[in-house]
Amino acid sequence: MDSTLPEIRIHQSQTEPAPEPEPAVAAAAALEHSAIRRYLLARGNSAFADRLFKTLMLLCALSIFVIVALIAYQLIDKSQLTWAQSGLKFFYTAVKDPVTGQPQYWDPVNGNFSAIPFIYGTLVSSFLSLLFAVPLAIGVAIFLTEMCPRFLRGPLAFLTELLAAIPSIIYGLWAVFVLVPLLREYVNPALVKTLGWTGFFTDDNPTGLGYMATGIILAIMILPIISSLTREVMTAVPHSQREAVLALGATRWEMIRMGVLRNARIGIVGAVILGLGRALGETMAVTMVIGNTPEVHKSLLANGASMASVIANEFAEATSDLHRSALVEIGLALFVVTIIVNAIAQLLVWAVTRGTPSQAH
Amino acid sequence: MSTSTFQLRSRFRTITDHAVTVLAVVATILVIVPLAVIFAELIYKGVSSLNWDFFTKVPVPEGETGGGMANAIVGSAILLGLASCIGIPIGIGSGVYLAEFGRGTKLANAVRFTADVLNGVPSIVMGVTAYALIVAPHVSFLPFLGHFSALSGGVALGIMMIPTVCRSTEEMLLMVPHAVREAALGLGVPNWRSVLSITVKTASPGIITGCMLAFARVAGETAPLLFTALGNQFWSTSLNEPIAALPLQIFIYANSPYEDQRRMAWAGALVLIVLIVLAVSLVRYVTSRGVLKGNS
Repeated sequence: MDSTLPEIRIHQSQTEPAPEPEPAVAAAAALEHSAIRRYLLARGNSAFADRLFKTLMLLCALSIFVIVALIAYQLIDKSQLTWAQSGLKFFYTAVKDPVTGQPQYWDPVNGNFSAIPFIYGTLVSSFLSLLFAVPLAIGVAIFLTEMCPRFLRGPLAFLTELLAAIPSIIYGLWAVFVLVPLLREYVNPALVKTLGWTGFFTDDNPTGLGYMATGIILAIMILPIISSLTREVMTAVPHSQREAVLALGATRWEMIRMGVLRNARIGIVGAVILGLGRALGETMAVTMVIGNTPEVHKSLLANGASMASVIANEFAEATSDLHRSALVEIGLALFVVTIIVNAIAQLLVWAVTRGTPSQAH
Repeated sequence: MSTSTFQLRSRFRTITDHAVTVLAVVATILVIVPLAVIFAELIYKGVSSLNWDFFTKVPVPEGETGGGMANAIVGSAILLGLASCIGIPIGIGSGVYLAEFGRGTKLANAVRFTADVLNGVPSIVMGVTAYALIVAPHVSFLPFLGHFSALSGGVALGIMMIPTVCRSTEEMLLMVPHAVREAALGLGVPNWRSVLSITVKTASPGIITGCMLAFARVAGETAPLLFTALGNQFWSTSLNEPIAALPLQIFIYANSPYEDQRRMAWAGALVLIVLIVLAVSLVRYVTSRGVLKGNS
């Protein structure tokens, strides 16, 4: 076949120059098929293969919808029992013990379930982690984008990325064996002594576990995400902004404050919210250090439980269908909250970095 | 008078500037320190408790010393292999759709947004879903389903890989110049062939990067395995049985009161982190030398 091809080409170019054949002639030509067309047809028609390929790719893309829909459906379906029993009250009321008057938040034996202590634990630990992580992350981002000598920038960025790659189980392991003893021996007593009068720090928990430990380990875990995204939105600020502020005689900090942070603030808020989304859903490290008691305490040094940690702890050994369904409902709440938080964050980050090529490094 | 206030202000501004510089440096050091401490601790405790038995023996009953995590290492490999079989083809396929066929369409935007949503779903919720879909007793009339199994763990991890692979594939394909596609089509290559052999091939270093990142991310995931793969103290390679995994074994041993098991937890953590750091460094090496530089 190869040897015939050149001839065909010559032949083709000689016979073709009938510039605009009449419709009838064209139809006849189409019927007869030119030699090239015959050759191509002999190799098979690619239209079918193309359509098949496109459909396959489309199916892959649609499977993402299917997965998210399946997650939502399963969570809603498997939490029906609790939903039928207590409805929305699951999230804000709890059965009171008739004798002591103490609220009984989570009582699998008697079938009383309420999400209050877990929502509280998740909120307190996430808020604490943001409190620690946000100033540090913005500081790191400022250092890396505006001050850092060029030769340090790559390695430092790599190191902060490495922090993001460490799995949460290893953070948990480190927290249990290093951070918690440290808090128990030194930090917590000092906090109780100096800030005990506020009521947020009481020394009734000798383990060192609790909201505080969780907040710190979560802060370490969400720091890389916040700082790398902040870095990205800060690099997206055009250089002319910096130069303009500097030309007015500003110092470097004034340039960063007025030229960079002011322009990047929406994106930074987005980065912080994305970090919040990660902190809300974080499971293993939290499970290992929060203490896992379904109670509400004002003290930050007390044991608690978070939405993710209670699922991780009890789901496999749930005692009844109602128990399991209550856990799934907590999962559903977590799912909805993280979707909302992530969507807001994506929109904010997208609003800032849109149109500029991402140049994280 | 006015000059002196001016000088005062100027000095104040300079001091603020220096203070902020110092603060930023301190913040960076504060971030690097935990990393250094975690790594030092891991290497110190991990290396001192790593030995040959760790890689060749299965766990011993509580309270006894010795044993290893051979079953967990193999189990992790099986789970990750299964996850890659599910996550990478679907991820690349949807990435190809976004970049090659759906550019600028509403459907593509919706897929992109859904992928980001899926990326943000907490891993524990993924575990609950995989449990409800595959493990829960009400599906036990189907083969392979209705009980804890390696299969369910692999599915949960595979789903978690999809969004990362999808988005990085799309980003990398968008970086391939149009001229390359046109050249291929101009030669009469069918579209599917041009996408697979020209566009995807050109972008392959970047796509491999995305896959490795997704792999590194799910390699350390524990929460989705808690009630899917469940863990196993014995040797098992069957997809239909509960299977051990490195992160699960670390979790179990970290909560153990026995010193010997804690030691094993550190050793397991070291093995896990070495695998992940190797993957990430490999990715950086490939991207820095590959055809397509940039974005990671």
